[in-house]
Amino acid sequence: MMRIQSAAELEALQSTASTARDANKPRLRVCDGTGCRALGSHAVLQKLISEIQTAGLAASVEIVGTGCPGFCECGPLITIDPQHIFYQKVSPQDVPEIVRQTVAEGKVIERLLYQDPKTGDMIHHEAELPFYQNQKRLVLSLNGQIDPTKIEDYLAWGGYGAMAKVLTGLTPEQAIDEVKRSGLRGRGGAGFRTGIKWELCRNNVLKQGDGTIICNADEGDPGAFMDRSVLEGNPHSVIEGMIVGGYAMGIQRGIVYVRAEYPLAIENLSLAIKQARQAGLLGKNILDSGFDFDLAIRLGAGAFVCGEETALISSIEGRIGEPRPRPPYPAEEGLWGKPTNINNVKSWASIPLILKHGADWYAGIGTEKSKGTMIFSIVGKIHNTGLVEVPMGVTLRQLIFDIGGGIPNQKAFKAAQIGGPSGGCIPREHLDVTIDYESLTSLGAIVGSGGLVVADEDTCIVDFARYFMSFTQQESCGKCVPCRIGTRAMLATLERICAGQGEPGDLEYLQEMGEHVKRSSLCGLGQTSPNPVLSTIRYFRDEYEAHIHEKRCPSHVCKALITYTINPEKCNGCTVCAKNCTSSAIVGVRGEPYVIQEEMCTRCGVCFSLCHFDAIRVE
Amino acid sequence: MEISIEDIYQTLSAEIQEGGSLIAALEAIQEQYRYLPPEALVLASESFGVPLSQTYAVATFYNAFSLKPKGKHCLNVCMGTACHVRGSPQVLERIESKLAIQTGETTRDHLFTLETVNCLGACALGPIVVTDGEYSGQMNVAKVDKLLKTILRQEAQP
Repeated sequence: MMRIQSAAELEALQSTASTARDANKPRLRVCDGTGCRALGSHAVLQKLISEIQTAGLAASVEIVGTGCPGFCECGPLITIDPQHIFYQKVSPQDVPEIVRQTVAEGKVIERLLYQDPKTGDMIHHEAELPFYQNQKRLVLSLNGQIDPTKIEDYLAWGGYGAMAKVLTGLTPEQAIDEVKRSGLRGRGGAGFRTGIKWELCRNNVLKQGDGTIICNADEGDPGAFMDRSVLEGNPHSVIEGMIVGGYAMGIQRGIVYVRAEYPLAIENLSLAIKQARQAGLLGKNILDSGFDFDLAIRLGAGAFVCGEETALISSIEGRIGEPRPRPPYPAEEGLWGKPTNINNVKSWASIPLILKHGADWYAGIGTEKSKGTMIFSIVGKIHNTGLVEVPMGVTLRQLIFDIGGGIPNQKAFKAAQIGGPSGGCIPREHLDVTIDYESLTSLGAIVGSGGLVVADEDTCIVDFARYFMSFTQQESCGKCVPCRIGTRAMLATLERICAGQGEPGDLEYLQEMGEHVKRSSLCGLGQTSPNPVLSTIRYFRDEYEAHIHEKRCPSHVCKALITYTINPEKCNGCTVCAKNCTSSAIVGVRGEPYVIQEEMCTRCGVCFSLCHFDAIRVE
Repeated sequence: MEISIEDIYQTLSAEIQEGGSLIAALEAIQEQYRYLPPEALVLASESFGVPLSQTYAVATFYNAFSLKPKGKHCLNVCMGTACHVRGSPQVLERIESKLAIQTGETTRDHLFTLETVNCLGACALGPIVVTDGEYSGQMNVAKVDKLLKTILRQEAQP
């Protein structure tokens, strides 16, 4: 692409790109994000390209590999425009039929449609899916629409317009004021007001001459993948947000710190940066405004603690990712000792929207204190695993049951863990809590970065808490004693309880130790690590007590507290369990009911998962 | 793969020229050899002018680095929360018992290395096992057995 010299030229390019995008032209949009790729979408995409070619339709039909539209549960996904026909769970074998029937003749293939499990209706169009009905997709609006590898696609939707508006029409102070008035709060978890953070940093940059802005894409929470999806599906929105931030704070250098575990995000972002440079949207004298700005990528090397801002800075400087006490905050003394502003991917991607539509528009979405939308990845025991964007203030019930489609296999909802290893569990009785910073904090959870894991009746809440504790214990960098030793002590207690060796007083110990770790740890990792344990003791005390006093795991998960037996009425002696038993604990004669020798059983559960006749009992 | 001092030097100088950090340089070497040979740590220390102890600290702090050579096939079990509640511990245990190694270890014939990852973010597919970069979703004991069998069969072919 030619270098864009001015705001007028950008506008002209946007309008050319937009006109070129004929809404009536047949387009096939295939999700090519990590989730769908893992389900085989790339093979579908390749097959589609070759079939369209063979059918001689290459000139009239456009094929777009898009970022993740969020409905991961049903991937690979194809949407066929202009009718917006939505096909799910598509395999390469379905492609010739799609081309023959739907693309060439406009006929709908019933078998590839999504069936609403509640009403049984076959859903023809993307927008009619219950999954999308209660969402408000702003940051994710172009995921699933544009090809993230083409800057023209982003321009066609008005991309870089907000940047042009700021660079040529607003002073840095005005830009900061706009962000302040929008009420945007940091989407990385802490929820600090973004505009104020920018202002603090700008003041220090004015004093010290220069600084750095950083995009924190070290998305380490297990079960959270929204940052990845934004970078994969719409990388230019993050770049645009960062240019605006750089201008507002008087900073000319930006770094995106991405997890190395996200190869596709890195690939798409690198390409987007290259394209933006070629187009003159990064580099010297952007749009003839006199403002210079450029971006670099740094890869994380697999340390959860590096999501903490001071640890992240240390990692960029090439050292181990240990946090340091604040103050001084990075806004004063950050990367290489200079003022540094760090924001999460979603915060940066929200910036172009705020400046394009105005602070008042953004502040009109959400609740009194929590403005805008929030992206959640809903995972675990849920029908519609995926990525959703909702206005702040929706209820947890809407999120899980209306959008998420509820719990599969007729199981009962037990809890929702919000905010990953730093967050807390919210039980059934609080399903009507509204999602905003204050409400969730009052229940002992946090909005966090937006990971939402659903647990059902088969999830043992003590084991769940133990899982999170073991995660934070392993990821503790070891610098400060409360986190290093405290998490270890709490984990040891939880492991004892799960092993059937819990003692009276354990819960009080966990609560006391949890408070100490929270109060005295150096960084956010330690300060929030007891949350999953404390919140589950608060809401599921009876389940802990069953483990400790009755030596019973009500959900049949903790190995030491369960036994496997074979129901002789259901067992037909097929031998599958005996052949696969890792400890040779199952004996019997073919054709007759088998028996598990309890003293030899290691409770690995292999027999339970392999039995075709439902003959293995867990008690 | 044979360790080449020359290659390592080249990788290091390229990183230094691009203004990369010690971590970036080690990442590049790790990608090349799939582990960090001792020679690389010494050379990296010299090139970056940092004590070997600091390079060693970096190489052992981050999960992405390994100081031991890896097997021909890398099995990576996702231990993210979604995978956990859907049964990844059982999947991991099955692989450990089938290969007779613990997580982080390599089989004696250097055919398999078993590792875990905190989350791949493809939670709709959980539990996930990644074999040499290839994702297998909704894993269970039976599918693990099949997966290992397929690899072993391929290996047995001349």
